[in-house]
Amino acid sequence: MKYVDEFRDRDLARTLATAIAAAADPARDYNFMEFCGGHTHAIFRYGVQDLVPANVRFVHGPGCPVCILPARRLDDAIELAERHGVILCSYGDMLRVPGTGRRSLLKAKADGADIRMVYSTLDALDIARANSGRDVVFLGIGFETTTPPSAVAIAQAQAEGIANFSVFCNHVLTPPAIRHILEAPEIDPTQAARLDGFLGPSHVSTVIGSRPYEFLAARYGKPVVIAGFEPLDVMQSVLMLIHQVNEGRVDVENQYTRVVTRDGNRKAQELVARIFELRPSFEWRGLGSVPESALAIRAEYAAFDAEKRFALSEKQSRETKSCECPAILRGVKKPKDCKLFGKACTPETPMGACMVSSEGACAAYWTYRRMETLAEMAAE
Amino acid sequence: MCLAIPALVTALHDGAMASVSVGGIAKQVSIALLDEVVVGDYVLLHVGYALHRVSEEEAQRTLAMMAEAGLLQAEVVEMTEPVETGTAP
Repeated sequence: MKYVDEFRDRDLARTLATAIAAAADPARDYNFMEFCGGHTHAIFRYGVQDLVPANVRFVHGPGCPVCILPARRLDDAIELAERHGVILCSYGDMLRVPGTGRRSLLKAKADGADIRMVYSTLDALDIARANSGRDVVFLGIGFETTTPPSAVAIAQAQAEGIANFSVFCNHVLTPPAIRHILEAPEIDPTQAARLDGFLGPSHVSTVIGSRPYEFLAARYGKPVVIAGFEPLDVMQSVLMLIHQVNEGRVDVENQYTRVVTRDGNRKAQELVARIFELRPSFEWRGLGSVPESALAIRAEYAAFDAEKRFALSEKQSRETKSCECPAILRGVKKPKDCKLFGKACTPETPMGACMVSSEGACAAYWTYRRMETLAEMAAE
Repeated sequence: MCLAIPALVTALHDGAMASVSVGGIAKQVSIALLDEVVVGDYVLLHVGYALHRVSEEEAQRTLAMMAEAGLLQAEVVEMTEPVETGTAP
């Protein structure tokens, strides 16, 4: 069996593959969206697609925070560093993402802007403490796992009186994005009908729990299985989804029970609710404007909100021409459908965010399936 | 950035901070997002914050998987990369 040697527990991988093949009805298709880029990479790294029948397909979702941040927000971050002279702190993943005119944080840094890569908001606070005469802005990106660390940093800055620290908040939410994929016909009228279920993200769900997905099953009739990020977790979750589809059940099931609970991390949720509030809408690359899908810093903490502290200019931001990132993020195109893939766009010279981020779909195809993808492109 | 990695809590400090060990590498992290962390707990560490308590068994299994997939090394490098905290470069 192809690739199964890669698994730590080969017997279990083989058993699961056999069970999936037996459960999948050859008379129908199973299209499952894995929301999270971490799952996309596990699927590719372990060749999970090759271990399941051809009528069980993975549709890659928009769960890559670097990928979905539109050019406009990145251009704003570059402006903060270049025009407002702040020390801009960013997670490393963001540095090479091209904004308008393919300008990235790394290029801005090379041109003299003070941009620093940090591992944690704790580092950004240290930088603020060490540079009390300068404004220090943390570029906050990410889903529900990276939001609580930004909330702690703001609470800490307030408690300590670190007045030169603020956050440029781009934190986004998983359930509204899934809802949007199912609800917005302008994305692709066939998408909602085409999807038979969702693999829910593992680490996001350690924070929010499984409860926030329940309305998706109840209201939109799509099964959800929260899956751990090991390849065996993914395979077991696929089997659970196939069973739901076959039995006509629509439930939120939790494969990752050893870590995820229904309620999640209440302490983290309470802190996030204290510091942040829902934005009426937020622009996502690929999904467009998504209602109530992102967080803003509450007025009580405006002193720590970079958007309130600095007047950001109006700008004509543009995504990279010909880059198919937006359609790939919607799950309606694959990297092979992008004529830049592997040619103008590689991890060394990325044209789009999906090739930069370690969670991006293009990076996954490039790392694990480059030859096959390029051959398919040549054949078409 | 999205990955969480299991870490063993080795010491507790003031200000909701703790020392942890990740595959033998020591790191100071925040435990502000968890209640009642004790030395010997395994936690899922995400961008410098303990997000969740996990069993030792789950921690070992995840670490083995991450090592096998080549993710452990990358995460440890990212975690231990020195940060430029100084004034203007």
